[in-house]
Amino acid sequence: MSAPGSQSPVAPDERPGLGESGNDPLVLLELIQRLKVRDVMTADLVTLPRDASMRQAQELMRQKKISGVPVEEKGRFFGLVSIDDIIRALVAGTIHESCGRHMTTKLVVLEDDMPLSFALRYFDRYHYGRFPVLNRDRRLVGIICQRDINRALLVELTRELQRLESVSVQRGGEGAAGSLYLLREFPICKYDFENAGKAANQIKQVLQEKKFATKVIRRIAVAAYELEINLCVHSDGGVLSWQVSSGRAEVIARDAGPGIEDVEWACRDGTSTANEWIRSLGFGAGMGLVNVRRVSDEFEITSKKGSGTTVKAVIYIEGGAA
Amino acid sequence: MTLGTLIGACGGEAVQVPDLNAEATGAYTSDLLSDVMAHCPDGAVLITVQNHTNTVAVCTLVGAPAILIVHGREIPDDMRAAAAREGIALLRTTDDQFNASLKIGRALAAGEQA
Repeated sequence: MSAPGSQSPVAPDERPGLGESGNDPLVLLELIQRLKVRDVMTADLVTLPRDASMRQAQELMRQKKISGVPVEEKGRFFGLVSIDDIIRALVAGTIHESCGRHMTTKLVVLEDDMPLSFALRYFDRYHYGRFPVLNRDRRLVGIICQRDINRALLVELTRELQRLESVSVQRGGEGAAGSLYLLREFPICKYDFENAGKAANQIKQVLQEKKFATKVIRRIAVAAYELEINLCVHSDGGVLSWQVSSGRAEVIARDAGPGIEDVEWACRDGTSTANEWIRSLGFGAGMGLVNVRRVSDEFEITSKKGSGTTVKAVIYIEGGAA
Repeated sequence: MTLGTLIGACGGEAVQVPDLNAEATGAYTSDLLSDVMAHCPDGAVLITVQNHTNTVAVCTLVGAPAILIVHGREIPDDMRAAAAREGIALLRTTDDQFNASLKIGRALAAGEQA
């Protein structure tokens, strides 16, 4: 089910094209990297078995006001009945025949742990109105259409706005006392070595502009870079956040998996689970967390195998910006 | 010591050098980027086999003005572009890490005595 089929294209002007131009707002780019297909898709599915008739599919689509019905049995995905398929069946006089016979089976599917940016590229490339979503076990877990994406982005943008407003309130409060408040978040994708280091570099540039001491900048940059690389190498993707306030810089790396089995072991110098390919790039020598701890005044790591990991490095900034 | 002098001393190739008069105050040899992050002094030329963009990122963070790629390894276009963006010089030598370090170490020592 990898070749494009009759999956109901949409008009070109409905295509999002987001993330391709390079001129999209940064906050949107971060969102579409951070959000996964599973965060956005419709998981509450209306489905039919293969032996249901095309007429039943037509009726279900009319009742539920949907433009496609996945055909599945016990989680196993067989195909999709689209409006095009219904029209063809009506014209051919096969509307009473089974969905299994007339559904579209050559389909492009998405996986639930793909980043949303990937889904947007697929919408752009194939011009389809929807994509079935499968999990790692190839079971049907949802369906995603552009309306789902618009809705999710609106929700996330509202959250982001609320967060920025709260930051603005805090900044105003602390500003009155004359101190500085900075906050940024960077989504980090697994194995995205092309962009690894960009977050740390941006942090360094901001601190240089604010005229922080060179030694402090280097300590913060080391912590940020190592945590960024750790997210890139060891996690399924996560977020590196960074904030400066009240005489301290906090660099926090959060991910949703796969988690560390033995945190104490992972923090020892020279221990690493990185593969040969990663080592050949000069990473995975087991020095990352050691370096972070070395440059930090406070260091915390919490992790659970099968769940996520959070690493927090705090660096005291005596006297703040110069 | 200027990068121009250093290139002459080690017999390396100036692949991409934005400023031959930029100062190098030392050198650091390592192929482990975490090690570079931890120990490379500000202003040092990095001598390494790692010919990719992440090396540029690390040098930007630690304040290394130049990267000397050893074993005559090819320098990919994206690394050249990243280095140009960050103002980091790219040098290359057919020497291995030890011999490149030896030549640069001697040149730096001679520069200090002069």
